[in-house]
Amino acid sequence: MWKFSVRRTLIMIPQLIVLSILIFVLGQLMPGDALSGQVGPDVDPARLDEIREQMGWNDPWHEQYARWMGGVLQGDLGESFRFKMPVTELIGQRIVNSFWLSVATLILTYIIAIPLGITSGRFNDTWRDQLITGYSYVGFATPLFIFALVMLWLFGFTLGWFPTSGSVTPGLEPGTFEYVMSKLYHLLLPAISMALITTYSTIQYLRNEIVDTKQKDFIITARAKGASETRVYNRHILRNSLLPIAAFLGFEITGLIGGSIFIENIFGYPGMGQLLVESISLRDYTVLTAVTLLFGIASILGALLSDIILSIVDPRIRIK
Amino acid sequence: MENKVKEEKANQPNKSPSGFSIIWRELVRDKLALISLFFLLGIIAFVFGIAFVLDQDEIVKVDLFSIYEPPGEEFVLGTDYGGRDVFGQLIIGTRNSLTIALLVTLLTGIIGVAYGVISGYFGGQIDNIMMRILDFFMILPFTMIVIAFVAIVPKYNTITFSLIMTAFLWMGIARLIRSKALQEKELDYIQASKTLGSSNFKIIFTQLLPNCSSLIIVTMTLNLAANIGLESGLSFLGFGFPESTPSLGTLLSYATNPQTLEYRWWIWVPASIMILLLMLSVNNVGQALKRATDARQRRG
Repeated sequence: MWKFSVRRTLIMIPQLIVLSILIFVLGQLMPGDALSGQVGPDVDPARLDEIREQMGWNDPWHEQYARWMGGVLQGDLGESFRFKMPVTELIGQRIVNSFWLSVATLILTYIIAIPLGITSGRFNDTWRDQLITGYSYVGFATPLFIFALVMLWLFGFTLGWFPTSGSVTPGLEPGTFEYVMSKLYHLLLPAISMALITTYSTIQYLRNEIVDTKQKDFIITARAKGASETRVYNRHILRNSLLPIAAFLGFEITGLIGGSIFIENIFGYPGMGQLLVESISLRDYTVLTAVTLLFGIASILGALLSDIILSIVDPRIRIK
Repeated sequence: MENKVKEEKANQPNKSPSGFSIIWRELVRDKLALISLFFLLGIIAFVFGIAFVLDQDEIVKVDLFSIYEPPGEEFVLGTDYGGRDVFGQLIIGTRNSLTIALLVTLLTGIIGVAYGVISGYFGGQIDNIMMRILDFFMILPFTMIVIAFVAIVPKYNTITFSLIMTAFLWMGIARLIRSKALQEKELDYIQASKTLGSSNFKIIFTQLLPNCSSLIIVTMTLNLAANIGLESGLSFLGFGFPESTPSLGTLLSYATNPQTLEYRWWIWVPASIMILLLMLSVNNVGQALKRATDARQRRG
């Protein structure tokens, strides 16, 4: 167990290094730099070169990379040209919003997926199963952004049940009860929209797990010993089928990142996904590289988490 | 169980049916898939055929006298904020979206199959290294990294856009083909060919690939549906085609304006329905193909 976890964590280090180099190179390839568009046309080009030289932008790439990486490790992600504030501070505000949106989405996904998956697996090939399979098939084929637009149009505009943008009602004092409730209210519709669409894989996986487990010998034994049907399902089958689902928690993170880019832009929710798109339209490359790096690290950590949970659940992986 | 299998075998004609007749039988059995197939063929013929008559530049020309016209006599589906005909954009957009999706599916198919076959067939250390590289690509969040790449390519068109998408989409099919190749190469017929001295090249092309073909076809069909969604999603965010080459996602992106979303349904609803129909029908056909390749699931 420990041996596997340590080895798996060590694999992560080259992945992180390659990722950071990739993102650094991406940032270097971006057209223009922090000075373009920031200085008047009457500034002497020779003076600009001087500034560039002073800032170290003409150094060889590996020196610049080392400097950037050194900053990143100390929590300094540079300065945003457009928002005129340190990127760390800028991201700090957004990342909290994105974090709560992801947590809400995950909780809702499991609230929807687990009962549906169990029903579908327990009564497989009945009308209930067909209904649930039909739902997950449509969920699989519907792009998230179309569904989110329809949800926003229906519940946000037409019915007016939910706010249509922002993460909190302006003018509320942070820390008060109203503030927390308003936050919750604002993230509910985006989270429900994302959960309803992304839940299909968990439902289908849980269904297939249960259908498989149902036919195993130990279930027949449990029944033969006179365990009630509820007990068989709740104690014997569910316990064995839920563990692999837990292992996919880490992979869900990558999906959440991809989804949040759409969801946050559609619902005008000020999180990391919206910041990513804003930073590209505003050509704010320090912000862009910082957001990309954080998203990439989150995905790598997610994969690590999944692999470690999987190794706890399924010992065969450790031996391999 | 065994008796039943024997009986069924005895009842069947001696010659086993060819691949295409199995696929056709499965499609005929599954009415939904058959309808989807005809719908798709019809749409493809229509949008690619009409493109000769319709002029893309004419459609995307801004006309300030007819901004936000609701559907009516002159414009079947109304106009957008630039006074451009939505119906024309819908047709051109469908064609552009399909072109990209088909191109990306083809490119990822070629790269993924080549990568998977090499990795799976040769195995050992080569496989090990190739899988580590693949693992790295797998964990990159697709949407984010493609957006970042689109931002740095200064002048992008259909080809560069497809290449960027392909660069981060070939892993799924590569992984599937690799595990299939790993299984196949242990089987007797490949071992026999090896013993007889056939070259690896010959084994791969004349024996391994034909046996992977059904898996390749099914995966590529299902990928096509996913790629339609991905392309329109990227165009929706504004990182796909520019407005002068509308895609289905471009029409949907006008709905990010709350006024349009709330009051001007004709701009974004038809495009959404078109994307949904395309993705559902490609998926239906894909699922039927999948069943045709797996004898246990066949209906026909």
